[in-house]
Amino acid sequence: MIPLPAAPRGGREAGPDGQARGTPLLKRGFAHMLKGGVVMDVTTAEQAQVAERAGAVSVMVLDKLPSDVRKAGGVARTASVRAIREIMGSVTVPVMAKCRIGHAGEAAVLAEADVDMIDESEVLTPADGAHHIWKWGYDTPFVNGARSLGEALRRIEEGASMIRTKGEPGTGDVAEAITHMRAVSDGIRQVRAMLEDGDSQALVAASRELGASYELVEQVARLGRLPVVNFAAGGVATPADAAHLMSMGCDGIFVGSGIFKADDALERARAVVLATTFWRDPARVLEAQGMVDERGSMAGLDGASMGPRMQERGPQ
Amino acid sequence: MTRMGVLATQGNVDENIAASRAALGQSGTAVRVMSAADVDAVDALVIPGGESTAIGPLSEASGAMAAIRRRAESDSMPILGICAGLVLMASPAQAGPGPERLGLLDVDVERNAHGRQRVSFEADVALPSLGIDSLRGAFIRAPAIARTGAGVEVLANLRGRAVAVRQDTLVGVTFHAELAGHALHAAFARVAAGAL
Repeated sequence: MIPLPAAPRGGREAGPDGQARGTPLLKRGFAHMLKGGVVMDVTTAEQAQVAERAGAVSVMVLDKLPSDVRKAGGVARTASVRAIREIMGSVTVPVMAKCRIGHAGEAAVLAEADVDMIDESEVLTPADGAHHIWKWGYDTPFVNGARSLGEALRRIEEGASMIRTKGEPGTGDVAEAITHMRAVSDGIRQVRAMLEDGDSQALVAASRELGASYELVEQVARLGRLPVVNFAAGGVATPADAAHLMSMGCDGIFVGSGIFKADDALERARAVVLATTFWRDPARVLEAQGMVDERGSMAGLDGASMGPRMQERGPQ
Repeated sequence: MTRMGVLATQGNVDENIAASRAALGQSGTAVRVMSAADVDAVDALVIPGGESTAIGPLSEASGAMAAIRRRAESDSMPILGICAGLVLMASPAQAGPGPERLGLLDVDVERNAHGRQRVSFEADVALPSLGIDSLRGAFIRAPAIARTGAGVEVLANLRGRAVAVRQDTLVGVTFHAELAGHALHAAFARVAAGAL
């Protein structure tokens, strides 16, 4: 059984054929099928095919890889419809695409283009400083970034079917993703302790502080995890990065610039998948790490000391 | 005691372990299976949903695929394949590149046959010969069964198409039954115990 929202939201009731579409079960269930896998950022059909051959469970279509978004400056928008269609036609794994935060127009285009999941992403220039997209009404599932438990829960209450850390995209620096993964885990541990102590008043106070409903906070405390799949993202560059994040309890990995900005893309893609799959086995992680050359890793940026950070953009 | 394994290479592993445990109760345990040695240590196996293009090659690399093939052929290990798991159990793809397959179940399976995620659907499915009047099936980017061989029993149809099949102790379904219950896992546990 997977956890579902207490009140049914979104999705269409079964029609005369007895079939229901766009329900939380189907949207959250889709994300469950990605678990233990790697989703790779791609900009072309060729990159998508490399990702699929390497064992990626899904590809994420962008106009520019996050590190190029940084370099290019200006406004980053959703990818070209033509590029999305080419990529959808060239691989059999699910295809995701990013839209700007709060930009329901871009999301509607992506849903109509039949992408399998929409990432409402801080990598693109936020379109709405006050609101994220209200996601329950879409038949297409959404993934959102989060830096803390409160942020994750606010996105889930808006209808996100999957959460990922924000990390600091396009840097090749995994430190921020680690910080965000730990912040979510620590938050869950705190509310779990309140529930175990039977301290309902503390849970009420915590939900006010988290900016989420008591029902959702109580559900998280009971489950000891988010009620949706939770991936790590933002700055993952090496197999060891992926293995470490898996060991912290995330359900899977997004890799952005780390693969196709490296000099050894296919080998690195394979190696990150191997390390994600076999993270419990140190010999396998060594084997994976041995497949990449550190001299070929993206040079990277120090996420903590850089200027404007993508993770701070848009409503939190 | 039934020791149920869940192939844990990639995909919806935890829910299949939970569903197996709920189904078995005091009569067995459910464990993660990664290696050939893990395969040899279980009585029956669930191959969960996920991406068959990831599960197939990675399970070949770990040695699990070869061990599953051997156990299925030499001592008729019962296997339940769900969605991608069914794809992996089926006959090799007729055309075009596809993931490594076990080729245990005499059926042809077409991947993502209904379309992309937006048209994924929920429907009630009856599997009368397994004693299931109705369960809620989640057809998520689901495959379709295009052909069933002579020794294959169709367990369930939806709109005239087979969505669940059985060949001796091998059971394959195109839908997820672990997201909203454990009735299918309970029936499979009985198949594995030789009681159904």
